[in-house]
Amino acid sequence: MKAAIRAEAERLHAALLHAGAAPVEADILLPADILLDLYGEDIRARAYITADPLNGEMMLRPDFTVPVVQAHMKGGADPARYAYMGEVFRRQEHLDGRAREYMQVGYEVFDRDAPQADAEVFALFSTLLADLNLRPATGDIGILMAAVRGLSTTDRRKAALQRHIWRPRRFRALLDRFAGRAPVPPARAALLQRLASDAPQALITAAGPLVGLRSAEDIAARAEALLEDARAPAIAAPEAALLYDLLSLEAPSCAALSHLRGIAPMLPAITPAVDRFEARLGALAANGIDVDTLPFEASHGRTTLEYYDGFVFSLHGPDDLPPIASGGRYDALTAVLGAGRSIPAVGGIIRPGLVARLRGGQR
Amino acid sequence: MTRAMLKIGVPSKGRLMEKTFDWFGARGLTMVRTGNEREYSGAVQGIQDVELVLLSAGEIPRELAAGRIHLGVTGSDLVRDKLPDWAAQVVDWAAMGFGHADLVLAVPAAWIDVDTLDDLDAAAAAFRATHGHRLRIATKYHRLVRDFLTANGVADYALVDSQGATEGTVKNLTAEAIADITSSGETLRANHLKMLADGLIHRSQATLYAARRADWSGRAATLAALAARLGLAVPRLSG
Repeated sequence: MKAAIRAEAERLHAALLHAGAAPVEADILLPADILLDLYGEDIRARAYITADPLNGEMMLRPDFTVPVVQAHMKGGADPARYAYMGEVFRRQEHLDGRAREYMQVGYEVFDRDAPQADAEVFALFSTLLADLNLRPATGDIGILMAAVRGLSTTDRRKAALQRHIWRPRRFRALLDRFAGRAPVPPARAALLQRLASDAPQALITAAGPLVGLRSAEDIAARAEALLEDARAPAIAAPEAALLYDLLSLEAPSCAALSHLRGIAPMLPAITPAVDRFEARLGALAANGIDVDTLPFEASHGRTTLEYYDGFVFSLHGPDDLPPIASGGRYDALTAVLGAGRSIPAVGGIIRPGLVARLRGGQR
Repeated sequence: MTRAMLKIGVPSKGRLMEKTFDWFGARGLTMVRTGNEREYSGAVQGIQDVELVLLSAGEIPRELAAGRIHLGVTGSDLVRDKLPDWAAQVVDWAAMGFGHADLVLAVPAAWIDVDTLDDLDAAAAAFRATHGHRLRIATKYHRLVRDFLTANGVADYALVDSQGATEGTVKNLTAEAIADITSSGETLRANHLKMLADGLIHRSQATLYAARRADWSGRAATLAALAARLGLAVPRLSG
């Protein structure tokens, strides 16, 4: 089976090179610190971490995007297209036989014409896998982020929502609170009452000796922020309703676009993102994708890795298999890894193991 | 032909061992240590074909998972922390009503702005922005704590390992918060820490577990006899 998977991977990789990508390699053993900084502690449950006696914690490559972006930011061409293939390693905490080690074949595009690049990646994957009749799913986290940025509320609330875009449950809880749909929890009400009773410094002193690195200034600053937040009015009901509507938007792409155009006058901040969505649909159509039927879900991709910030997509086979291919736009990641520079980037991966399984079943 | 023995792993010392012996004793099964004081061997009287294995409480989860013992007594905190997908590996057959301890999240008492996980999350975000690294939580219960924080949507923290004197890590500036076992909260208070209102991660107690992966062939009758003596239903070991 491994030989069949490798053969499938090589076939897909060759097709990506043929499409104009330059081959790129990445280390298997990566420094853990940058990945931990990007993904947070959760990644420890999903990646194999090992200790190097001299270099500290190292991680078995959980995906290629980060090392490929790092390599590109060190002096890649502009625009650039890369293809890679190799194993990734995912630690599993369940006994259900999910793969710990599997091949990925990937394609990453660094190009300032974002809608065209989005369409290029999606259309290329769709074409390569056309014989498998996969079910596509698409979304656009950029629209959601723009909607949050455009809310008429405090910067702090917007930042809190922005930070939890990829944690839908917490995002929803925060939104419910900021919109006044959920009551202030009793613990918070009691806290606010206490904070309002005296100056922060006096309260800190009364609470006992302060231990640890988090300083009295840190505590006072957040106490002030909490009181300020309590004074801020709730997000207006019509505006909140638009955001709830957006979170649950699921429709074929063209219908979704009309819907978004319909709400844009009331939420003007999303207009540039909706323009990009429209441009992408145009580019997809030009690449032979039927955008009248292409499914769109505004919340798609919100539970995946925490770096997609625009177009997201996946291609699904039978329900009992993970997505056969997936990808998305990650402009902000290039800024984080680029030491001050950034470039719009989009990419995706195909799992040749799953492709080989589906093709094997067909033959 | 040797009889198929049913092995039961029990903590090898301290109060946990004594309480376990008492618990089985109250149900007509006498556990005794055999050999000299320092030798870790024992026997179960009052039932046929059950062998006592004395082990460190911390090793009992691993021995259960490997199926080297059929039954084992240990803290539910240890099983949940050490065994991924624990319910697929062991059956929690009986909560034994002793060895109570709570795994809790605690922060400095002087953090007047932090009472809940919600506050901790917001404080962690601000801390990272101000101090340039993620807010550190010292614990030895990595899996339990990480799963709990993930489920509750807390971000921008890092776990740091602490195998003992965890309450002291905040004062020593190696962590900003802790997650540790407490029974009365006194050690927390003595170290100027307070528990978060919704920071109860797990309420642990000594529990009798059955190993799904152990070789149960030829032992069904022994297990049924044991279940009858303990007044428990026979555990469902598969599925």
